[in-house]
Amino acid sequence: MELLLLLALPIAGAALLGVIGAGRRAPEINAVFSLGTFLASCALTARVIRHGDLLLAGEQFFIDPFNVFLVTLTAFVGLTTALFSRPYMRVELDHGRLTPGRLRLYHSMYQLFMFTMLLALTTNNMGLMWVAMEGATLSTVLLVTLYRTPASLEAGWKYFILCGVGIAQALFGTILLYVAAGKVLGAQGVTALLWTHLDAVKGQLEPTVLALAFVFLLIGYGTKVGLVPLHSWLPDAHAEGPTPISAVLSGLLLNVALYAVVRSKVLVEGSLHSQLPSMMLMGFGLLSVVLASLLLWRQRDIKRLFAYSSIEHMGIATFAFGMGGAIANFAALLHMTVHSLTKSSIFFTAGHAAQKSGTQLMDRIRGLITLSPTVGWGLMLGSLAILGVPPFGVFTSEFLILTTAMRTQPWAAPILLAALAVAFAGIFSKVQPMVFGETNARRLPHAPALLPVFTHLAIVLLLGLYIPPYLADWYRAAAHLIGGP
Amino acid sequence: MTHLPLDQQMLDSCAALLLLLSFAMLSQRRIVTLVNLYALQGAVLAAATLLLAWRTGEGHLYLSAALTLALKVAFLPWLLHRLIRRLEVYWDTEPLLNVSGTMLAGLLIVVFAFALAQPITLLSSTATRSAVGIAVSVVLLAFLMMITRRKAMSQVVGFLSMENGVFFGAMSASYGMPMVVELGVALDVLVAVLVLGVFFFQIRERFESLDLHHLESLKEHE
Repeated sequence: MELLLLLALPIAGAALLGVIGAGRRAPEINAVFSLGTFLASCALTARVIRHGDLLLAGEQFFIDPFNVFLVTLTAFVGLTTALFSRPYMRVELDHGRLTPGRLRLYHSMYQLFMFTMLLALTTNNMGLMWVAMEGATLSTVLLVTLYRTPASLEAGWKYFILCGVGIAQALFGTILLYVAAGKVLGAQGVTALLWTHLDAVKGQLEPTVLALAFVFLLIGYGTKVGLVPLHSWLPDAHAEGPTPISAVLSGLLLNVALYAVVRSKVLVEGSLHSQLPSMMLMGFGLLSVVLASLLLWRQRDIKRLFAYSSIEHMGIATFAFGMGGAIANFAALLHMTVHSLTKSSIFFTAGHAAQKSGTQLMDRIRGLITLSPTVGWGLMLGSLAILGVPPFGVFTSEFLILTTAMRTQPWAAPILLAALAVAFAGIFSKVQPMVFGETNARRLPHAPALLPVFTHLAIVLLLGLYIPPYLADWYRAAAHLIGGP
Repeated sequence: MTHLPLDQQMLDSCAALLLLLSFAMLSQRRIVTLVNLYALQGAVLAAATLLLAWRTGEGHLYLSAALTLALKVAFLPWLLHRLIRRLEVYWDTEPLLNVSGTMLAGLLIVVFAFALAQPITLLSSTATRSAVGIAVSVVLLAFLMMITRRKAMSQVVGFLSMENGVFFGAMSASYGMPMVVELGVALDVLVAVLVLGVFFFQIRERFESLDLHHLESLKEHE
């Protein structure tokens, strides 16, 4: 029931907003549907906490602590982003960057995008997960090109082709998985793509084929996570699309893609009994952290800057999943949560800052704090949080990851630490002059929605200071599911 | 010398035809012909699926053949032809690598693909498992085509051809995917082409051309 609501509400929202879309109340309707989805996700969580894992609809859907936590996070950020986008998109409309028709497309696709992500998270069928991931790309391509500027068209094209090709590799990986499973579960078994069944027999799956499958799956879904060297679509899509979309792409889609990678890793590791999947995740993760932190320095566009920071943080989480084990998995899950919350709040403030200054170029955004202290402080606090300054939650997760790395992968710890320092200097030196100093910003016709920003930051702060025991148990249960050495 | 049964020989011929068509697409610069070749590839794929369905008696393979026929032989080529006429893109410009170079690279790719397919062929128990190498080749050749072409339209045909390869791989290694997944994939492909249609008009409206060199300004800022 909860699941049905969770998946049906965004679909209904997409249909309704597609039909009436351009009406004056469309942003509110969008927010109401997002609220409904969030409540449904809370109900689902409550049920999982009470009754344990759920298998629904003929085993097509599977809910365990790992994905239910991501479902709640996705629905929550979906809600706050919808709240943020209300005034934001109205300002864009007033500035003439959008037409009412495109706003209809935006709202409808926003709900559809939520649906595809929730489907990818909750389905038990690896094939359906693929379908949903591809759907997530398709529903956002036209959102990236919403402004129809040459740069946004280019970004949209790159996004479509790179993720399309990547996802085709993932489909091939899924087929290989199916072939290997068919050997054990019966050649024509409809169960041979169900994750729970695969998980039950993973020890008997043919290792060479699974290793090959993992390479394809990692390249496929890794493209969507934004792992270097498959990342080149990410900064463009984040910078050229409307800000609410940057926030959900960065805060949610990357998480969902990483979820797909981790689900695959659990299966492959169980079959291979070797270090290969772990080593690959660690390698890609570390490469992403290092390269992204260096490329940060060359950015001039505020949204591109934080897009590279997303690559860096997804790299950290991927690396932690690669290390595996209870603590690293726990830290990686925590990192996914706090990164998602912090990064979306940064995009919210960055969007408002860009609107106030009339540009996304950082050297023309100056002195936010004089005109609008809340936006200025929001950006400053958000940046400090994402850079891992205590007592924010990012510090906790990065600290756990670093200490685990020192113990189990001592070679990687100095590299990781150096990259974090480089990223710190890069981002801080660019954010500081934007917040303080002389201003050139102007007032906006619609007051910015800053409640989402500070709610997110408050949660991140709370997670840094004190993780409630039930939440810690939940993370621990999820970390246990992922396993690893 | 052992004699293979007739249906086996026909299936193998289909596989060989698919590979041949991939090479033909790789060298073809006229976009209308490219779309026709893609339709032909779809037709061969549908024929192979039908043969396999008849041979194994798997009900869902008939459905899948019908789906291939409707989508990849009829609807998508029709849509692409319409787009070509509306947008007036008939020729691709000189590819980044000349034809003989591309062909040579293609040959190497096929050798590599067969090496890659070795473990799958060993594991699979289907009658068509020897064709897995061809499926991987089709995927990688389509990839090569996407890399070397400049026009958006050729890249899309490459993308669709890659999907054909993946589909053929699923068929030859495990007699297709579960129906729900196959339907989902078909839906995604359909939506992808529709989205692309919209997208092309946006590009055209902005640049008055579908040449992708217009889309190369988003380089890293120095």
